[in-house]
Amino acid sequence: MIKYILQRLLATVPVVVIVALIVFSLLFLTPGDPAAVMAGDQATPEQIAQIRESLGLDQPFLPRLLSWFGAVLQGDLGTSIFTGQPVTKMILERIGPTFSLMLVTLVFAVIVAVPVGVIAAYRHNTLLDNAIMAAAVLGFSVPVFVLGYLLAWLLASNAQLLPVQGYRPLSDGVGPWLRHLVLPVLTVSGVYIALIARITRTTMLEVLSQDYIRTARAKGASERAVLFVHALRNASVQVVTVVGLGVALLIGGAVVTETVFSIPGLGRLTVDAILQRDYPVIQGIILLFSFVYVLVNLLVDLSYVLFDPRIRY
Amino acid sequence: MTSPILSVQNLHTSFRTDDGWTEVLRDISFDISARETLAVVGESGSGKSVTALSVMGLHPRQSVRHSGRIEFLGRNLLELPEDRMRAIRGNEIAMIFQEPMTSLNPVLPIGAQLVEAIRLHRDISRDDARREAVQLLEKVRIPAAASRLSDYPHNYSGGMRQRVMIAMALACQPRLLIADEPTTALDVTIQAQIIDLIKTLQDEEGMGVMFITHDMGVVAEVADRTLVMLRGDVVECDRTTRVFRQPGSNYTRSLLAAVPRLGSMAGRPRPAYFPTIDPETGQAGPDAQTAPPPAAPRPVLEVQNLSTRFDVRKGMLGRLVGRVHAVENVSFSLNAGETLSIVGESGCGKSTTGRSILGLAAPTRGRILLDGAELTGTSRAEMKRQRQNLQMIFQDPFASLNPRIRIGESIAEPMIVNGIAGRAEARDRVAALLAEVGLSPDMMNRFPHEFSGGQRQRICIARALSVQPKVIVADEAVSALDVSVKAQVVNLMLRLQERLGLAYLFISHDMAVVERVSHRVAVMFLGEIVEIGPRAAIFANPQHPYTRRLLAAVPIPDPERRGSKRRLPELEIRSPLRPPGHIPPPRSYRECAPGHLVMEPSEDWALLGAA
Repeated sequence: MIKYILQRLLATVPVVVIVALIVFSLLFLTPGDPAAVMAGDQATPEQIAQIRESLGLDQPFLPRLLSWFGAVLQGDLGTSIFTGQPVTKMILERIGPTFSLMLVTLVFAVIVAVPVGVIAAYRHNTLLDNAIMAAAVLGFSVPVFVLGYLLAWLLASNAQLLPVQGYRPLSDGVGPWLRHLVLPVLTVSGVYIALIARITRTTMLEVLSQDYIRTARAKGASERAVLFVHALRNASVQVVTVVGLGVALLIGGAVVTETVFSIPGLGRLTVDAILQRDYPVIQGIILLFSFVYVLVNLLVDLSYVLFDPRIRY
Repeated sequence: MTSPILSVQNLHTSFRTDDGWTEVLRDISFDISARETLAVVGESGSGKSVTALSVMGLHPRQSVRHSGRIEFLGRNLLELPEDRMRAIRGNEIAMIFQEPMTSLNPVLPIGAQLVEAIRLHRDISRDDARREAVQLLEKVRIPAAASRLSDYPHNYSGGMRQRVMIAMALACQPRLLIADEPTTALDVTIQAQIIDLIKTLQDEEGMGVMFITHDMGVVAEVADRTLVMLRGDVVECDRTTRVFRQPGSNYTRSLLAAVPRLGSMAGRPRPAYFPTIDPETGQAGPDAQTAPPPAAPRPVLEVQNLSTRFDVRKGMLGRLVGRVHAVENVSFSLNAGETLSIVGESGCGKSTTGRSILGLAAPTRGRILLDGAELTGTSRAEMKRQRQNLQMIFQDPFASLNPRIRIGESIAEPMIVNGIAGRAEARDRVAALLAEVGLSPDMMNRFPHEFSGGQRQRICIARALSVQPKVIVADEAVSALDVSVKAQVVNLMLRLQERLGLAYLFISHDMAVVERVSHRVAVMFLGEIVEIGPRAAIFANPQHPYTRRLLAAVPIPDPERRGSKRRLPELEIRSPLRPPGHIPPPRSYRECAPGHLVMEPSEDWALLGAA
C-alpha cells in the first residue's frame, strides 16, 4: 500500500511538470510583446526594455525555464510586476478565504447531494424523483453569478439575514466566519450539488437492481439498511470520483463568486492579475490550482481502497 | 400427514404495465409440510420465481397486486404489513438465489453479512453472532471457517459462495427454505455437492423446502412432490415419482421427453434426435439415430499440440508473474459430418480451445490444419479466406446479436464482408437460411428483441451458416436454453449436420446433451485433454478418474433411482495459473480401445481414482 502511494505520488510528478511547462510558456505564447502590453501606452522604450529584462524575455527560453524551475522548487514564484511583492507571499495571504470557501462548499455539497441522490433513486420515477431531477437541471443551468446576486438580494438585502459581502477569517471566530461564507457557499455549491446528486442517483439505481440487494431484502433488512449499508457503499466509488473531478468546478466557481461577494481570496487575485496582465501572479495561481487538483484526485484514487475491497494496490 | 407450513391458495399475481394490470400468476395452489421438498418446475416465464417472490413479499408493493391466500403457520402473508413481513423474511422463511457470484454484497466481508443475518432477527451480541457465524460456515463445510470470516466474496469460488448463501439462509433456523435455481450456475460436480448439502441440512433442521428449478434431473434427485408450471398456471402437482411415471398432462410429458437422460444412448454409436412430444397433442416424434457421416480421405480440421497461455503481469513495469496455461498441448481431429464434443468444468480451457481455433485467442504454439492446409502463420488475406470455413455459435443468444440491427442484416453481414454475395443476393440467401433454421423469411426485418431465446439461437445458427462453413464451433450453444427449446435446437443442428455435412466442435458442460449429439468426446481438465474417444466408449467405459467423477455428478432424471449414486469426494477445481518458467510435465496416453485415448493419471488422481 505504501509502495503504491509512493508510486502514485511519483506518477503525479510528470503531470505537475507538464502543467508548469505550459504555465511558464504562457509568457512566450502571448501574442505580441507582453512587455509592451504591460507597460501601457505611455511607456518609454527604456521602461519596456526594463520590463522585458525583469520578465527574462530578453533571454533564451531554455536557461530561463531552468532557472524558473529551480526557483519554483524552492517556493519562489517570482515577483509581481504591479505590487513588487513576492508572488508566493501574495498567494499565501489570499489562500485562507478561498480554501475556506472550497472546503465548506465541498462538505456542504456532499452532505446535501448524497442523501438527495439516494432518495431520488429510492423513489425512482415518482413525483419526488422528478422534482429533484428538475432542481438538478436548474442547478446546472443557472450561471454562478446570477445565482450569487439572486441569493444576495433575497437573503441579504431583502431578508437582512446575512452579510451582503466581505469575509472574516477563522481567527475572528467560527460564527462570523461561517456567516460570511453562507452566501458564497450556497452560490458555488449549486452546480456541484446538482452534479453529485445526479451521479449518486444514477449509480444507486444501478446498484439497487443488483442481486445482492435482493439478498439483503430477503434477509429481512430494513429499507434504510438496504440503502445506506448495502447500496451506498457500492455506489461510493463513483460518487467519490465525481466529487474529486468536481473540484474543478469549485475552482472556477470561486473565481466568480469571490468577485460577486468581494471576498479577498485567490479568485479576486486571479481576476485582478489577469486584468493587469501580471504574468508572474497568473503563473503562480495556475500552478497552485493545478497542484491542488492533482492532489485531490490522487486522494480520491487512494480512497477507493476504503470503499471497495476488490481494489488492491 | 402433518398440517402444512406453507399453504398457497388460489394465488393470483398481477404486474402493473403501461396498459394496465397483467396477470402473471393464475390460481396457484400448493402446500409444503415440514421436512418436505416441493419442486417447482417450468420453463422461463412460467412464473416459478414470481411465485417465490410473492411468498417472500419481495415484489415492490406499488406495482404488484395479489389476491388469494398465502398462509404461513396460520398467518396470511398477503395481509401482513411490511414490518411484520420483514420479521418473517430471513427468519422464518429464508431464500437462496440462482447467482451465487452476484448475490453476496461485494464490499462487505462474509462475516459481516452473516452476522447481519443473525442479528436482524435474534437479540444476541456481536461476538456471539460471530461465533455462530463460524458454526454456520462449518455446517456448510467451509474449511478453516474462523479464518475466513473477514474475507470478501471475491475471495470465494462460486460453489463456496453458494454455501455461504445457504449458511446465511440457515442463520435463524427457518421453517421454510426457498431455493431459486440454486445450482443452475454451478458446475455439475459442485451442483451435486450443493444438493447433498441442502438435503442433509433439511434433515437436520426439519425445514420445508421449495426448490425452484428447470432441471428435471435435479427434481428427480430432491423432490418429494413436484409442481409443474406453464405461463403462470399450475399444470399439475403430484408426488414426484408419479409425475415422472405417469405425467398427468401432455405438457409434462413433452417436458420430460425433452430432458436429456444420461445413459439413454447406450448401444447407439451415432447421435440421435430428441424424441420430442407435442405439448398440445401429446404426439411423439421419432427417436432416430442420424445417418453415418460420409467417409472422408482426411479430417476437415486437425489440431496438433495446441497451447494457449495468457501472461499475468503485475506492477507498473508489467513484470511477468505467471502464466495461465489455459490450453496445454491439445491435439485432436474432426471429420466432416462429425461432432466432437469438448467437455469439462468452468476454467478447464474448453472455450479457449474453440477461440484459439477461430483465431479469437492467439495460440502460443501448435498447428491448426483446415482441410490439410495450415491455418496458423498464413497471410492475413489467406487467413480471412480460410476462416470462412470456420464459424462460431455463442452461448448467450441475447448478447450475441446486435440489438439495433435487423436480424436479416446480421445474417447477411458475413456474406457481404467476405464478398460472397452482393446486397440483393444476400437478401435472397437470408430468406433461404431463415427457412432452413425453421423461421419464417418475413421475419428478416425484425429486431432481436422481438424473438425468444430459442429463436435467437436459430438466427445465430443461420448467421454462422451464411458463409457455408465446413466447421462450426458451438460454444455452450444450447446451455442457456429451456429444455424443450434446447431439444428443438439440438434437433435442428443434427438435421443441418446430416444435410450439409457440417463438422461440429461442440463445447459443453452438459454431459447429457453431449451424449446425444456427439460422435466423439474429449474431456478437458486444467487445460489438457485427459480422455478422448468415441462417445459410446467414453460414456460406457470411462477410464480417467476425472471423467468418472464428471459422469457420476450428473443428476439422473428418475426419482426411483434416487440415492443409488455414491457421494462425490469434495474437491475444488485447482487453478491453471503457473509460475513463468513452468514447463508442463510430459504426458503419456494409453490407447485402451481403438481411438479411445486416456492420459496416464498423475499421482494426484490416485486418491480419487481409488474411490
